[in-house]
Amino acid sequence: MAKRASILPLALDNVSYASNGQSIISNVTLTIDAEPSTIILGANGAGKSVLMRLMHGLLSPSAGRVRWNEPDAASVRRRQAMVFQRPVMLRRSALANVLYALSLAGVPAAEREAQALVALDEVGLRHLAHRPARVLSGGEQQRLALARAWALHPEVLFLDEPTANLDPGAAREIETVIRAFDAAGTKIVMATHNLGQARRVGDEVIYLQAGRVIERAPIEQFFARPASAEAAAFMKGELPWV
Amino acid sequence: MGAIAEGLRRVLELDRELWHIVVLSLEVSLCAVFIATALGLPLGALLAVKRFAGRRAVIVLLNALMGLPPVVVGLLIYLLLSRAGPLGELGLLFTPGAMIIAQSVLVLPIIAALARQALEDAWREYEEQLRSLGARELQAGFTLMWDARFSLVTAVLAGLGRAAAEVGAVMIVGGNIDGVTRVMTTAIALETSKGDLPLALGLGAVLIAIVLAVNAAAQLIKEGAQRRYG
Repeated sequence: MAKRASILPLALDNVSYASNGQSIISNVTLTIDAEPSTIILGANGAGKSVLMRLMHGLLSPSAGRVRWNEPDAASVRRRQAMVFQRPVMLRRSALANVLYALSLAGVPAAEREAQALVALDEVGLRHLAHRPARVLSGGEQQRLALARAWALHPEVLFLDEPTANLDPGAAREIETVIRAFDAAGTKIVMATHNLGQARRVGDEVIYLQAGRVIERAPIEQFFARPASAEAAAFMKGELPWV
Repeated sequence: MGAIAEGLRRVLELDRELWHIVVLSLEVSLCAVFIATALGLPLGALLAVKRFAGRRAVIVLLNALMGLPPVVVGLLIYLLLSRAGPLGELGLLFTPGAMIIAQSVLVLPIIAALARQALEDAWREYEEQLRSLGARELQAGFTLMWDARFSLVTAVLAGLGRAAAEVGAVMIVGGNIDGVTRVMTTAIALETSKGDLPLALGLGAVLIAIVLAVNAAAQLIKEGAQRRYG
């Protein structure tokens, strides 16, 4: 593949989002660079999911702009992927789910199967390639969602609380795959309210509360000395469940 | 019970004539359902996925048309196809072709409306994922149809049930001509009015058996497929 300019950095310029007159994201301005791995942290209802969808392009901001370092919208779409809290699997085999994503991405038919199998290997699901995706366990489905993303070789991977519905063992497996993405050079942007996971996966934290960015800091600094009273209070409340 | 047994015996005696009636009934209803499916599924998918002005009005209209009275449809198609009507030159009135057209009109809203509902539910689940993967509307529509195929089978069966059961439309545009446009429902109506209740009952039993068999087969296929694909 020819080396080309990254679609990063991603710049949010005074972005707001409101739904039915209710403000969900207010005046967020931030830049997402290729490094380091970014954790969007915040309580339920802080606006993490909506912020990720605004970045990923599933929602359009009510005000402000979301800008990638690439003018072609179709190209931006192809070069990023998102894994949702609840994976949505098509009613077909695990392998066919990955093939479907490759075909939408415009990968030539002859190359799809090989790429899909590599991706399934990466998440440890090769032996289940011909199982119907919808009868896989929750953890397997989420790994399949990651394989679907892996096959696309995205420059940016958005993850919206990918382990919120999983038991700790399955969650660890997901985290391992996420770190493999990171090692392969994919930019990670993950929303979570799990502090332990934030530390294991992330390098920096964007702390969100009531739709506003309260604080942005390197991960160790954030946990050792949060600059804002809000973040300190959040961590105090969350720690018992880490 | 005795009357039904007598009716069945009479039905069996009718053999060739009856055979023709049964085959024609199936031909007309299956053709109509085929046409209504070919038009109704894409229409349902369009309404499920695409947002446009007047969409809700179209959905309300479609749902209302599910209850279209067969005799009214028959009358409208009759007016269209009658010698003086706009399509009179086709010479279709009192032919199986006219009956297929009438039943297609009758069944289309049922298939389209039920498909729309099933596909809209699926779309609610799939939309973000498919858009994230870069699916265009048309691709998303086909993906939805394939993934909701079990629900769509039910929609098509509902249409087939309607087509096989209705009598008003085929009676008006077909004319119940012996050996040409007589189908099971019109034959039942005729035998009943002639007072030959056993034969009418026998034909009714055959009709119900056929509908039951088609639905049982579809259900078995659906269950088997669902076990395989989740």
